[in-house]
Amino acid sequence: MLLLQIDIAFIIEKLILATVILLGSLGIAMYATWGERKVAAIMQDRIGPNRAGPLGLFQPLADGVKLFFKEEIIPDTSTKALFILGPSLAMLTATMTSAVIPWGPDYVTESGRVIALQMADINIGILFIFGVVSLGVYGIMLGGWASNNKFSLLSSIRAAAQAVSYELALGLSLVALLMLTGSLSLREIVAQQHGFWADGYFTWNFFKQPLGFLIFLVCSFAELNRAPFDLAEAESELNMGYHQEYSSMKLGFYLFAEYINMFISSAVIATLFFGGYNFPFMDEVLAGVGQLWFTVICVLVLLTKAICLILFFMFVRWTLPRFRYDQLMKLGWRSLIPLALVNMLITGLVILYVLK
Amino acid sequence: MNAYELIFWLLTVMAISCALGVILSRNPVSSVLFLIATFFAVSGHYILMNAQFLAIVNIIVYAGAIMVLFLFVIMLMNLNADTEPQKNRLVQLAGVVSGGILFLVILAALKSSTNNMLEQTSTDIGLIKNLGKTLFTKFVLPFEIASVLFLSAMIGAVVLGKKGEEGPQTPKGA
Repeated sequence: MLLLQIDIAFIIEKLILATVILLGSLGIAMYATWGERKVAAIMQDRIGPNRAGPLGLFQPLADGVKLFFKEEIIPDTSTKALFILGPSLAMLTATMTSAVIPWGPDYVTESGRVIALQMADINIGILFIFGVVSLGVYGIMLGGWASNNKFSLLSSIRAAAQAVSYELALGLSLVALLMLTGSLSLREIVAQQHGFWADGYFTWNFFKQPLGFLIFLVCSFAELNRAPFDLAEAESELNMGYHQEYSSMKLGFYLFAEYINMFISSAVIATLFFGGYNFPFMDEVLAGVGQLWFTVICVLVLLTKAICLILFFMFVRWTLPRFRYDQLMKLGWRSLIPLALVNMLITGLVILYVLK
Repeated sequence: MNAYELIFWLLTVMAISCALGVILSRNPVSSVLFLIATFFAVSGHYILMNAQFLAIVNIIVYAGAIMVLFLFVIMLMNLNADTEPQKNRLVQLAGVVSGGILFLVILAALKSSTNNMLEQTSTDIGLIKNLGKTLFTKFVLPFEIASVLFLSAMIGAVVLGKKGEEGPQTPKGA
């Protein structure tokens, strides 16, 4: 007999939350594809998708239906199990990270029950994100290798080398932030950034760690395989990249995972550096509108921040040209890692001599 | 059997069967994937012991970085079952004998240890705060020595990697 104490209400609450988060991130990722095409069109002085629905708003649905109905081709010379595992892993790791992001403040019902708008508050929150991000590269590597295509293999090797190199700088830039917060739990980090201004300084970590933020942002671009670091899909050199042999919804999974990743990492950046769901004068707002509306406003604030960051990712993609591969490696190893180390040193000195 | 034991046995079966998969599978890429699965099972054991930090670091460092490099090398060399060099019988026999002896030694060591049942206690040593405090106070000397060792390994790798660049410079394309 299993001696499990099951709290049905708790499980239902988490199930609903998980469903909402999953559907929400899928929906936002869907419309991010539409947004990307619109942004590209505006920056290139075109109109962009405008056939399906008003302003082309049904375009993502049409794309999805098209991908589902395409013929499913698995190349004869591929390693079949891994060929299927590749896009599945890409999708899995893309959706897993959202479990530790706090989407809003705790909501206390009238009966005194606390509903946390976060799947799991584990005390290694940031490290969990790291772990999942570092596994994300397997989807690309396995897919590229299993396709048995030279260009796919080259592309997946590029992606792996890039991801491993930039993970180092990503981690080091976060160490400085963690020295300030003294906690790995994302919930705690957000709670420390309450409001906007306290004790004569900004509470948001962006103002405490500007250099760390810059390094983190650059590394996010590299981890997401987005321009100017999209070396893994350099069309002019590799035809198309690691997903060249893929068709139908497996290709869709790869393309879609990129947009989910973009949304989730925007949410992570907003949580770590821009105060998460906190906003200026939040205490006054709480007193004014009551708890339910306050929670809704907080969630909307976090989503707004994330969407602004997504737009920033898009603007950069359509503005900057692609790096050369040696430039990419030089930037990662010779600029970002030393810079992150210096940032750590400065932060340590400030904590030791100024704050204490 | 309570939930704890159920999860323990599930993880144990997964760890051992995946570890067997590593040495029994013909294809080097699937060997690597089995090894990654083994790391996940071991991380699961860490979490059962409330050592969350060790569990996630195990995944980040081994599954996320080192195995990616393994996979990298295997993919570049394009190893597969057909091109695997056939070892002669003598080498295979030597491998079996030495492996068997190692197994015997481990078995004997485990059998003669007085406390062969681990006690299940609620310990918080694996949480990051306690682990850090212990490492930087009680075990600071071994910790620092280990980091110097890592540093020397890193420098060694860089020196080895740079070796090719110091050769006579030949003008490209000339």
